[in-house]
Amino acid sequence: MSILVIAEHDNASLKGATLNTIAAAKAIGGDIDVLVAGSDCSGAVQAAAAVSGVAKVINADNSAYANQLAENVALLVAELGKNYTHILAPATSNGKNIAPRAAALLDVQAISEIVSVEAADTFKRPIYAGNVIATVQSSDAIKVITVRGTAFDPVPADGGSATVEDSSLSTDAGISSFVSEELAKSDRPELTAAKIVISGGRGMQNGDNFEMLYSVADKLGAAVGASRAAVDAGFVPNDMQVGQTGKIVAPDLYVAVGISGAIQHLAGMKDSKVIVAINKDEEAPIFQVADYGLVADLFDAIPELDSSL
Amino acid sequence: MKILVAVKRVVDYNVKVRPKSDGTDVDIANAKMSINPFCEIAVEEAVRLKEKGVATEIIAVSMGPKQAQEQIRTAMALGADRGILVETDVELQPLAVAKCLKAIIDKETPDLIIMGKQSIDADNNQTGQMLGALTGMPQGTFASEVTVADGKVNVTREVDGGAQTVALTLPAIVTTDLRLNEPRYASLPNIMKAKKKPLETTSPEDLGVDAAPRVQTLKVEPPAERQAGIKVADVAELVDKLKNEAKVIS
Repeated sequence: MSILVIAEHDNASLKGATLNTIAAAKAIGGDIDVLVAGSDCSGAVQAAAAVSGVAKVINADNSAYANQLAENVALLVAELGKNYTHILAPATSNGKNIAPRAAALLDVQAISEIVSVEAADTFKRPIYAGNVIATVQSSDAIKVITVRGTAFDPVPADGGSATVEDSSLSTDAGISSFVSEELAKSDRPELTAAKIVISGGRGMQNGDNFEMLYSVADKLGAAVGASRAAVDAGFVPNDMQVGQTGKIVAPDLYVAVGISGAIQHLAGMKDSKVIVAINKDEEAPIFQVADYGLVADLFDAIPELDSSL
Repeated sequence: MKILVAVKRVVDYNVKVRPKSDGTDVDIANAKMSINPFCEIAVEEAVRLKEKGVATEIIAVSMGPKQAQEQIRTAMALGADRGILVETDVELQPLAVAKCLKAIIDKETPDLIIMGKQSIDADNNQTGQMLGALTGMPQGTFASEVTVADGKVNVTREVDGGAQTVALTLPAIVTTDLRLNEPRYASLPNIMKAKKKPLETTSPEDLGVDAAPRVQTLKVEPPAERQAGIKVADVAELVDKLKNEAKVIS
């Protein structure tokens, strides 16, 4: 078997999701190559070559791939992917954008967001917002798969010495162009990579009150998330949303503050190792998944927590 | 311009779905069925473009059993002008759906195709991207804003770190995210009017599409249950437990 992993990166460095995806590739078994499609991406290429277990890094350094435009990158992935039995991408917004397009170019039915590898052609994946786990088997010659990062422990970022091969392919579809990007700036860790996440819900009442969570988060080195209710109420921006339609997280510690625990939120965090719920409604469903529940008014509990850390 | 909107019939989002006891499939007999929420947002966006004078005609397409007509009628009640049902009892997977849509697009030649980013049953998030590959059209996935001007469509996309805006040549495909708009409710007069709008029926065979599934579901099961833990009395006890029992903070 031979596996092509599509790297998640920002040209300068490799994103953590790539390491989880390589872990899924290892569970399938076989030679693992990593594709870095970018522009001025030597930093990411070098980082990929150092990852444990990678045989070869394909360096596709071309202005057509500068902003990960799916139209251009999918053509490249489909062309390179013909030589592999599996193509794996992280289930990030880039991976989800590119992998199905590449799959259709190869006439393959893709498999989304796998959470385990049962065999080289058989995988488990959540459906119905995580209320059901399906075991699915592909009959396609090439398997195109996206990998839910939280389900696979990352491989070490060092210890490897892959060869680097420059790709001479240039696949510019010429039908899309990058206009602009507004990325949230934060000194806190990324939600999906943080060891500790503290999230606020509708109970926070407004955006200003999230300052209380930021203060606690900074003491713990935590990322701050939110429920869909808090995002839809306009308290915080949507990139903070944890849940089925937001980010899927599985940190060592997840603290849910003023979150009732709707199914769609639980789907995004219930694989966390330790869950803490702070809510004044003792009937809130969040307590059914919490290891430690504190029935209290968050406006008393959070300042007290802050001062005791 | 002509807009094609794809709508899927799914188990209503308020229904908690469970596997059947023999693990062969999910138990959705008698479950309330609805239009997929992301598809509803797609219909709303198309209707707003028509109200702004950008679009002239909206075609709603659905696929599946005969009853999927209900979701097309819902789209019509919200403002779609006519409907096409691709009727089949075969389980259609995203690649097959994209192939059927491609065949319809070849005939109808819409300028813009709007669809949900994913359905809340299979959670695949694939069909729009696959349709892009098959038609050679650009894709604006996970859209939170759509602007049509000068023969192009600008799509602001919800991405992991924030938002990205791309410019796409027309015809193009847009897949909707939650914050693109808030769909209206259909009024009773519009529901009545929708019953008289034209609805054409075809099938994957008529469209020349081999719809056989490529991925087989071997088993479905409930996710591992999480046991509820303990209630702590106060913040001091919580901090103590996290430090000394769970050892997740220091």
